[in-house]
Amino acid sequence: MATATIAPGTPTRRDFLFIATGAVGAVGVGSVVWPFINQMNPDASTLALASTEVDISKLEVGQIMTVKWRGNPVFVRHRTPKEIQEAQNTPMSDLKDPQTDQSRVQKPEWLVLIGICTHLGCVPLGHDGAYDGWRCPCHGSVYDTSGRIRQGPAPTNMAVPTYSFLSDTKLKIG
Amino acid sequence: MTFRTTMAFRLVLLAGLAASPALAQENENPLPEKQAWSFAGPLGKYNTAQLQRGYQVYREVCSNCHSMHFLSFRNLSDAGGPSFSDGQVKALAASYKVQDGPNDSGDMFERAGRASDPFPQPFANEQAARAANGGALPPDMSVLAKARDIEGAWYSFLLGPFSTYQEQGVDYIHALLNGYSETPKGFTLPSGKYYNEYFPGHAISMPKPLNDGQVDYSDGSPKTVDQYAHDVSAFLAWTSEPKLNQRKNMGFNAIVFLIVFASLLYAVKRRIWAGLHDVSGTPIDHAAE
Amino acid sequence: MSGPSTYVPQNGFLRWFESRLPIIGLVHSSFIAFPNPRNLNYFWTFGGILAFMLIEQIVTGLVLAMHYTPESSMAFASVEHIMRDVNYGWLLRYLHANGATMFFIAVYIHIARNLYYGSYKAPREILFILGVIIFLLMMATAFMGYVLPWGQMSFWGAKVITSLFSAIPFVGDSITTWLWGGYSVGNATLNRFFALHYLMPFMILGVVVLHIWALHIPGSNNPVGVEVKSQKDTLPFHPYFTVKDAFSLVCFMVVFAYFVFYAPNYFGHSDNYIEANPLVTPAHIVPEWYFLPYYAMLRAVPSKLGGVCALFGSILLLAFLPWLDTSRVRSSNFRPVYRAFLFLFFATVIGLGYCGSQEPVGSVVVWSEILTAWYFIHLLIVLPLLGFFETPRKMPASITEAVLGPKGASAAMVGARAAAEPSVKG
Repeated sequence: MATATIAPGTPTRRDFLFIATGAVGAVGVGSVVWPFINQMNPDASTLALASTEVDISKLEVGQIMTVKWRGNPVFVRHRTPKEIQEAQNTPMSDLKDPQTDQSRVQKPEWLVLIGICTHLGCVPLGHDGAYDGWRCPCHGSVYDTSGRIRQGPAPTNMAVPTYSFLSDTKLKIG
Repeated sequence: MTFRTTMAFRLVLLAGLAASPALAQENENPLPEKQAWSFAGPLGKYNTAQLQRGYQVYREVCSNCHSMHFLSFRNLSDAGGPSFSDGQVKALAASYKVQDGPNDSGDMFERAGRASDPFPQPFANEQAARAANGGALPPDMSVLAKARDIEGAWYSFLLGPFSTYQEQGVDYIHALLNGYSETPKGFTLPSGKYYNEYFPGHAISMPKPLNDGQVDYSDGSPKTVDQYAHDVSAFLAWTSEPKLNQRKNMGFNAIVFLIVFASLLYAVKRRIWAGLHDVSGTPIDHAAE
Repeated sequence: MSGPSTYVPQNGFLRWFESRLPIIGLVHSSFIAFPNPRNLNYFWTFGGILAFMLIEQIVTGLVLAMHYTPESSMAFASVEHIMRDVNYGWLLRYLHANGATMFFIAVYIHIARNLYYGSYKAPREILFILGVIIFLLMMATAFMGYVLPWGQMSFWGAKVITSLFSAIPFVGDSITTWLWGGYSVGNATLNRFFALHYLMPFMILGVVVLHIWALHIPGSNNPVGVEVKSQKDTLPFHPYFTVKDAFSLVCFMVVFAYFVFYAPNYFGHSDNYIEANPLVTPAHIVPEWYFLPYYAMLRAVPSKLGGVCALFGSILLLAFLPWLDTSRVRSSNFRPVYRAFLFLFFATVIGLGYCGSQEPVGSVVVWSEILTAWYFIHLLIVLPLLGFFETPRKMPASITEAVLGPKGASAAMVGARAAAEPSVKG
């Protein structure tokens, strides 16, 4: 190294001054880095687009509609009594990610889900798979009529977004 | 008009050409007076109450003709701005009808405004705005305060970079709002124009927008044109530069930090180079490597 | 970049790695052990500052490109989106905009230092010409970057500068149409300028590598202008020059931060906060301050083609400086007459800048013409003749003598030899 031969009076690396300067420099670099990272987070205009209103008056029993919320598909399923029955009677022991149907809906006939397979993000197909819920075309995950994972590689149930009923026919997502 | 650029160059041009006639012939308009803005200077901050009053003036007066494309209702509750509460902003937004759609049957529909909606525009498009204003286009006000400038006095280049005074555009707007007067004798005013002392060419298409008592302040501030002009100019300064408070805060920290760091580095440099300017210290013999 | 490295790998892995890709040795010989003249003053720290500014501009620019939309109806709005909504977007944009200004301040100081100390002379001609190429690329990059916010000055600046090419006889109009991708500056122009503005910094980076390479062959010039004669005349790059460069850089950053945080629009133009309007030209259009001297020269010549030739000639002529200057003495410190003329030349350029910022009427026109004429007279007549007529002052025999005085130099020689002995034996 350049400092192989050190004459008397030359400071060494362990000098406090050097350490302090290095530390201050590190703090400086650290605080400069943050804006460059944070700029990739959602911006203020994206964060402000919080909610979507959905008219569900025309959705017949048994039908599923897909609406866009924050750039993602949201499934609204008007469930038949049979589908509700199946969803409610499933024993917890059959489930990979145990959740009761009651905890996933506000009104039993309306199921609202973020329509994204929890495996790798594809959009599952409705009225498909062994449980007549959803089946993901990408890697074969199968969901039941409550959107719970039953077969395949997905680890968890499809997520339920925050939503509320503005009226019997109006749903507000977000 | 070219205040900053020319100042930058005049700065390095102390001698020589300072007496150029180009300097003498400018300023056929009087120079707008500098106002005491709360947000001027390195430690300046917006005055929340003033911004709220300014928004009131904008909403009740300016917004009838002037759009503000780049602002949304939600901005009114931003930190460093008028800082209305979220509830106030929601209620305010809801008082406007906003066109949305198309809905499932393909029709546009009206709904109450939300905080995320942009400010409503007074005219559907530029042509409509011109048609309603005798052919003149009321400029968008989003960045108006940064889009206006004034030519400083010839010596201002000396102070420009060091004064941190960046409020020439705001001063101009304030002066313009106070600058309506009788047309002087010998000045022929084209029809549909109004005389303004500070407007370049003096013939402005905007009629005198503010009059005493026109806007009803609830905080007891004086209901005078000058007060309205101050408040709305400050509001326009904020819409132009909404992050000013954050910027000046961060700047203070950054510059203090850099000066400390520079001092430390100077000490390190002194120590490493110690003795190199006299014979006794020729400390590192890299030839030996 | 300075021949075989003296780097000795410390362990087995590094030996294995170094024998396959000797990059640590390259860095070591270029930026650690590299011998620099010991008498470099603070003007020599601007090379490091410029390297920093290039990286700073690339990084902030890359990040801004993530949020910017190069489309004529959305560009202005996307810049406002960056200023208002993107996290720290205002900071990133002000860093980038003022970064361009600081970059040019640094490069002008770097060039002035070069001229004052005669660094362009043999054996550093290629190094210098590479520098001129970097300067040209910087100007092109800055110009295209200024178009991107799509304000009034962006638009009309683009229009005026691209129209320069229409002065070329016969093919001029076809070239401008080709540059625009239409019959006027428009969306196609904005799009290609964005693509090129993104590309050119990396071209600059490439030429900067060559510039440093070419620097490390002869090594740095120095304030005395006497070549390094013995190793007593030099100090290793690290820690001596790394710490000196770092100190200078942080001081430079204080100025940079001042403008970013307290006067971020000082170097900008208020008209650029008005969205581009192809139907209305601003009352008084001016380029960014760093182009003002050339802009003045463009307007000084009362013919379209002539003005364009003066503009480009004024920069291209710089590339011939090593041959236009006939004196073999480098540093102006030993050339009193040249030094006076050089300061006059600096004043000429600054005066041209002032003229460029003013409306072309009255004495501004006359001054522009006089100063433009002098710019070329200085380079084409004064510089070649001075070398024959000027008697330079006596120069010190070596760099060490310049630092320590004649007695000190001989004493240092003895002392250093004594100090060197043990480690040579070891």
